[in-house]
Amino acid sequence: MELNAKSTDRNLLLELSGELDHHGARDAIAETERAIDAALPRRLMLDFSGVTFMDSSGIALILRAQKRMQNLGGSMVVCHVPQQAKRVLEAAGICRLVAVR
Amino acid sequence: MKRKSSNEFTLEFLSRSANEGFARMAVACFAAQMDPTLNELEDIKTAVSEAVTNAIVHAYPNALGKVTVHGRICEGNVLEITVKDRGRGIPDVNQARQPMFTTGGEERSGMGFTIMESFMDHLVVKSVVGRGTSVQMRKKLSSRLKVQK
Repeated sequence: MELNAKSTDRNLLLELSGELDHHGARDAIAETERAIDAALPRRLMLDFSGVTFMDSSGIALILRAQKRMQNLGGSMVVCHVPQQAKRVLEAAGICRLVAVR
Repeated sequence: MKRKSSNEFTLEFLSRSANEGFARMAVACFAAQMDPTLNELEDIKTAVSEAVTNAIVHAYPNALGKVTVHGRICEGNVLEITVKDRGRGIPDVNQARQPMFTTGGEERSGMGFTIMESFMDHLVVKSVVGRGTSVQMRKKLSSRLKVQK
């Protein structure tokens, strides 16, 4: 699981790649929170285009990032979600809670 | 009632999180002989990942134990997967199956059983506190080759 952060003008783009399971999510959750705390963004974009597999561990990552952004008074969007990960989000009803594009 | 099977495997590994990927890939490789669609294969991998993660996170907290995955191909192109542990067990299975319920803290979403239920056709969870948990899942695959003929 790799995470690449790009921050410009209080917009933070986090590109995730690899397998987002429980094994990979532990470090990814910590890195996501570190990146948010360092950039203090107004808007966070989680780019999932490189995620080759995701289970419910990815939901925990998304919900934690969303909570962090709400505490900062900012917004979050999840984008470029591959089909397998999208079906996990839909099965869990996450698309009602989080902006998924 | 035990169904007849034409092929089966058993996989046993330690409850290390690195084995989550190993378990779902092994099951996917076994299921490949049933000629699944890509979606079916992804559903199976996702459900196996959830069941194995539950065993790794919850069955043996702060310890290592053994997790067993048993797969069978049953009549009617049905894949049956059973994930078993000999860990601490679940005191209230109905509560554990509720969406968003988790004892795993903020690292977990509580959606594991919901995803297993939604991606497989059939899910039976049996657990005895102090003895372990067994999660049995079944999915009927569409058998593409027969459809094409």
